[in-house]
Amino acid sequence: MTRARGIAWYTILTGLSLVFIAPLVWMLITSFKTVGEATRVPPTVLPQEPTTRAYEVLFATDTPTPVLRWLLNSLLAATGQAVLILVVASMAAYAFARLEFRGKRILFGMVIATLFVPIFTLIIPNFLIIDRLGWLDTLWALIVPGAASAFGVFFLRQFFLGLPRELEEAAQIEGANTWQIFTRIVLPLSKPALATLALISFLGNWNDFIWPIYVLFSPSQFTLPPGLSILQGAYDIDYPVIMGGAALASVPVLILFLITQRYIIEGVSRSGLKG
Amino acid sequence: MAHDVLAPPAADRGTTPEAPVRRVGRATPYLFLVPYFLLFATFVLAPAIYGLWVSLHDWDYLLPGKPFVGLANYQALFDSGSAVFEEFWQSMQATGIFTVASVPLLVVIPLGLALMLNRAFPGRTFFRAVYFAPYVLGVAVIGVLWRFLLDPNLGAVNALLGLVGLPDASPWTTGLPWAWISLVAVTVWWTIGFNAVIYLAGLQDIPRELYEAARIDGGGKWAEFRHVTLPGLRPVLTFIVINTILASSNMFGQALLITQGAPGNETRTAIMYIAQKGLREYNMGVAAAMSYLLTLALLLVSVITFRLLRDRDAS
Repeated sequence: MTRARGIAWYTILTGLSLVFIAPLVWMLITSFKTVGEATRVPPTVLPQEPTTRAYEVLFATDTPTPVLRWLLNSLLAATGQAVLILVVASMAAYAFARLEFRGKRILFGMVIATLFVPIFTLIIPNFLIIDRLGWLDTLWALIVPGAASAFGVFFLRQFFLGLPRELEEAAQIEGANTWQIFTRIVLPLSKPALATLALISFLGNWNDFIWPIYVLFSPSQFTLPPGLSILQGAYDIDYPVIMGGAALASVPVLILFLITQRYIIEGVSRSGLKG
Repeated sequence: MAHDVLAPPAADRGTTPEAPVRRVGRATPYLFLVPYFLLFATFVLAPAIYGLWVSLHDWDYLLPGKPFVGLANYQALFDSGSAVFEEFWQSMQATGIFTVASVPLLVVIPLGLALMLNRAFPGRTFFRAVYFAPYVLGVAVIGVLWRFLLDPNLGAVNALLGLVGLPDASPWTTGLPWAWISLVAVTVWWTIGFNAVIYLAGLQDIPRELYEAARIDGGGKWAEFRHVTLPGLRPVLTFIVINTILASSNMFGQALLITQGAPGNETRTAIMYIAQKGLREYNMGVAAAMSYLLTLALLLVSVITFRLLRDRDAS
């Protein structure tokens, strides 16, 4: 590339970056403005009188919008579901990748078929099932049903299929049983794939919005995403508070993404190769 | 491949034909499957069947009696005199408008981005991460953020447009066609990175030799794109088109938070309407019927799309 073309190239890339980053920066900046300044026309760019009022409001106890509680609930639900998915999906994926049994093709076909069924098809009957289980308005409703997703099974099966068989065969000759082979050989070899699946599951659950707004009712049970829609309703044009809430929901996952972006992006790009 | 952090170690995947079949207890495979299939049966299979059952009843969640009504809930969706007919088909139309408007953009723009990012230049991984970043945020964050940015009076978007001398009073969240433009643009902004990284993975799977061969034939960049890149991307493209159609026809959160269905119920999508009928008004029988009809329609669209993309391949 010539020098001029190089400059033009990076100008385009940087300009595009601004399109993606500026709205997020605006969210952060706004959360440090006063209400008056956040709604000023034309808007100021940097806060003229920076204030942390929004965060004081958000973190106040005894409000109808207990944001800290939502943060904790979000962490619990997302972590709980990621762990559950790792356990059930890795076991099922191992059976599909390595073990021979009757009905394997049919069962696997059934699981894969659900990758193409829109989740919302099942939202109403699932609500009734959650009700029967007594899980309405509890975090269980957010943790357990989503772990039935086919993605983890599919994703890990692909990875297991690519592992060399020699180690497993050697362990078997030495008398290891299937469970020992799975836990002592296959899982340790699969750490990158397990980490990727954990990250993607965590992000998906952390961001889940539609399902929680229908199965949770008490503000104390909310996670951050449904909480945000409450904030939007309760604080109307108090945009610093609303943007502060949005920042609280974004910053943890953006940091996680910064640290692990290679795993996340590669995991996501693999989800496309199923087609 | 050095960039492939997820590649399994070593790679002898074939077993020789005479390799001994591993002897495991007959029950062992099923024991590995039990935990997952317990969840699968409870939260996927059971609801799929239970939902059909519900759709055959006048199922008001709050009332004790749930009388069997046969196919009446389905008939109501096709009977122009019924209470739900007009609103349901308006919501289906909204879903249709959004899908038709967003899918072409979500298929083409990320391809352009992926082609840019497929060149070798310093900082490539950084820019890839930047363009992907909005996708790691949830629809709730995206929704409240853009509701603010697009506010017709106070929002940064109109302020910015005014600054460069463009009309600065467009009702982005409350008028037509602006509400649709907002919803499509925000969705493109939010999800562009997802399709782009899938294209990128597809581009990197196209063998280098094909490009070298094309260069020797001397066709230029455009010929290279048409005869090497596009055919090489066909499977990925098929996946992206179908997946994007499904994703777009499931659009919900953006409309709920940004336009709140406005103006009137013009941007209330089918899924939004189904959720409102079933999970707010607790009128679950008819809502379940709607969701099966919508699923059937989507299935049909997917199959047709798949056929179209495949047939072009054959010709």
